[in-house]
Amino acid sequence: MIREQEFLKDIASYCIENSKKLGATDVGVKVIHSVSENVSFRNKKLDESNRADSFAVNLTTYIEKKKSSINSSDLSKSNLEKLIERCIDATKITPSDENNSLPDKDLMSKEIRDLNLYDETHYPNDKKIEFLKKVEVTASTDEKIVNTEAGFTENKNNFILANSNGFLGGYKTSNFSSSCVAVSTINGAMERDYEFSSTRFLQDMMKPEEIGKIAADKAIKKLGPKKIKSEKIGVIFDKRISKSILSTLASAISASAIARGTSFLKDQINSEVFPKSINIIDDPKIEKALGSQNFDSEGVETNSLKLVENGILKNYLIDTYYGKKLNLKSNGRSGGTTNLYFENGTLSFKDLLNSEKKFLYITETIGHGGNIITGDYSVGASGFMVENGELTYPVSEITIAGNFKEMFKNITLANDLEMKYSTNAPTLLINQMTVAGK
Amino acid sequence: MSNFFKNTDIDTSQAEAIVTKTLKNCDDGELYLENHKSESIVLDDNKIKSSTYNSDQGYGFRAVTGEVVAYSHSNDISKESLRKSSENLKDTLKSKKGTYNHEIPKTNSKYYENINPIESKTFDSKIDLLNSVNNYLRSKGSIVNQVTANFLGEHKSIEIIRSDNQVLKDDRPLVRFNVSVVLEKDGKKETGVYGVGGRQSYDDYLKDGSWKDVCDEAFRIANVNLESKPAPAGEMKVVLGPGWPAILIHEAIGHGLEGDFNRKKTSAFHNLMGQQVASEGVTIVDDGTLHQRRGSLTIDDEGTPTENTVLIENGILKNYMQDRLNARLMGTKSTGSGRRESYKHVVLPRMRNTMMLSGKYSQDEMISSVDKGIFAVSFGGGQVDITSGKFVFNCTEAYEINNGKIGSPIKGATLIGDGPSILKEVSLVGNDMKLDPGIGTCGKAGQGVPVGVAQPSILINKMTVGGTKL
Repeated sequence: MIREQEFLKDIASYCIENSKKLGATDVGVKVIHSVSENVSFRNKKLDESNRADSFAVNLTTYIEKKKSSINSSDLSKSNLEKLIERCIDATKITPSDENNSLPDKDLMSKEIRDLNLYDETHYPNDKKIEFLKKVEVTASTDEKIVNTEAGFTENKNNFILANSNGFLGGYKTSNFSSSCVAVSTINGAMERDYEFSSTRFLQDMMKPEEIGKIAADKAIKKLGPKKIKSEKIGVIFDKRISKSILSTLASAISASAIARGTSFLKDQINSEVFPKSINIIDDPKIEKALGSQNFDSEGVETNSLKLVENGILKNYLIDTYYGKKLNLKSNGRSGGTTNLYFENGTLSFKDLLNSEKKFLYITETIGHGGNIITGDYSVGASGFMVENGELTYPVSEITIAGNFKEMFKNITLANDLEMKYSTNAPTLLINQMTVAGK
Repeated sequence: MSNFFKNTDIDTSQAEAIVTKTLKNCDDGELYLENHKSESIVLDDNKIKSSTYNSDQGYGFRAVTGEVVAYSHSNDISKESLRKSSENLKDTLKSKKGTYNHEIPKTNSKYYENINPIESKTFDSKIDLLNSVNNYLRSKGSIVNQVTANFLGEHKSIEIIRSDNQVLKDDRPLVRFNVSVVLEKDGKKETGVYGVGGRQSYDDYLKDGSWKDVCDEAFRIANVNLESKPAPAGEMKVVLGPGWPAILIHEAIGHGLEGDFNRKKTSAFHNLMGQQVASEGVTIVDDGTLHQRRGSLTIDDEGTPTENTVLIENGILKNYMQDRLNARLMGTKSTGSGRRESYKHVVLPRMRNTMMLSGKYSQDEMISSVDKGIFAVSFGGGQVDITSGKFVFNCTEAYEINNGKIGSPIKGATLIGDGPSILKEVSLVGNDMKLDPGIGTCGKAGQGVPVGVAQPSILINKMTVGGTKL
């Protein structure tokens, strides 16, 4: 099973000591062990079982302001010895950069709180199989469903993060997840949709019947889509994709994008970027949540941060390196956001759908059409037309386009926030986007 | 003699014995061993931002019977670890009984040399070149706002041990050199990205100052985009330039012709074999045998030699791309398309170098035939929903066409289409087929593998352009 802290600590100390012996002035190291077991089903039969047992060491050595890194999966001391030597050799000849350094000592995480991120329960493969049978039996009740695939993955992780300033910390985490993909058909054309559940604790997962039913219902609803005419229209983002707005914000306010000058939000700190009603929070200390952490990937303490308050951009996401470039202190966001979410809006989902006569309701986007430098956005989309508050017919083979700067200012939130992912948003409306279709 | 068992408590013959015993009642399977070394050196914002060296080694043990795949992988190559994996596989397949297929074709061809690109160029000279790139681009004027350049190099050794001591080996070099530049003019910022690569040493792509061509191309694209206007929205004619725009084919057709989706009948193409799926002038192949190309493989990750697979011939659907599992279940042969990202991943049927072959028209003829449309020259990524067949890709360099003439550049926009019908809308196929510069990575089921694409210029009668201008 998963290796204990002592084992990982021993490797971490070995790396730090040996790097120092060879001339490193500073050292940072992470040692990880993870065990993952996955079972997948297709059309109510076992399709695949997969067991993974993996180690990783990530080592960064500094000689004054020079820096280099190595990663390896082989934890044997003979291998590490060779790699440390290689890392030091590369460090010596890498040009120095005045911003290279370990984080300030006083910013480091001092105590590790138990955030309830580890469930030691082992769910044996036989149980996973029973679970998946239930998922697929429910998913395939309707005769329009012609194909189902379902999977169950159990992950256990343990890690140690350490540096030569004396920081050493780590803890176990777990994850249980199950998903179902259903394919529906009518007149030879097919549609696909899915549902999933991913939690830290086994007992918190959705019921298998629920996962199967939702996947099948969604796949059936998508059948017989129409391509609509090109027009400007209000676009409602389903909760599955409304969170992508927050991911875009996170990339645009990362210290690296700001320092490099490659963000459409450069120089927008303390400016109104969203409507006044909007608050955006990144909170790493939520018990059991998927994005929770005690400290960031450099060991810096992370605390809850209001990124946007009353529509005003209040904070960047700062790590040590780019923080130094910007003359700002790290706020524990090396590695990005933690549990990022919009605070709930005031309208119910139903009221939002009724707030205009006609909307486009998007449930899926495809493509990577967001440009963080210019803010331009254009992606493929599918979903439904909403007329007088009702979903009237499915729509596909269209694109939605706009510019994030404008889109951010035209957001209205519903009040149906749910913590299902590490980044979460309620259903949201963006007034006026360009839809390209026929 | 295998290098994988050096410094372990197990030797080749013992490993072979475990494999043979584990796979006795299975239809197929193997022990796949991999040693992967890679490096990444990044220059950004006038500095060497990072230099990283990765060393990874491990095995993936696979047993297959009927439709069921049992897989176990670890980076601990030892007797105990293999024994545990073996038990895990046998336990999954305990109620199944299969007959091992020993047949696997052999090859004497080699499509690349066994060199280690990381070691064949000194660290110092890589740093020097990155600095030269930075200086060269910044010397083009204060318009240059940001320069990023990086080396990505790797060497992968694989060994496949099949039942009854069949051993197959391959050594694969791979490099990629990328330049990205951000230009700023009158408060407007735009990016240009270009790269080159393949299965040779870095210097094969960069010698005689050819690195400057890479810089110039990135600069040119960014410069064009500084002048770009909002893209149009709606259905119109689209002319695609040759080379890299063939990711259209990769997304629209390629994924839908992978064996697994067709065996499972989840591909929009699963009932179209032998039928007309494209205009008559359209022939598409997937070729793993091109020398030193990014998507080429001497043998695939199951040990099958690769080949040039004809997918669509004169518009007729001829073949799917197959790995051993899907080929067996569909009653056909592997096309050498079984690939995996690493020992941590199961084999899937994947593309290698996907190419549309040349026709007879010139690009000028295509453009002059268009009243209103766009001319797309360069692309970012793409994506497809193989079940509904809808696919997208993002333009990074495109122009409007008005009355048969190329007009202003337009902003990046997504194009969307329907895979099974798009190739019927191809009305002219150009005589200028070109390979991409060797930069593509294809993602499927969370696994990334290097691929190539090629095509001539083509004219598509009708496609939806996702701009903002109505």
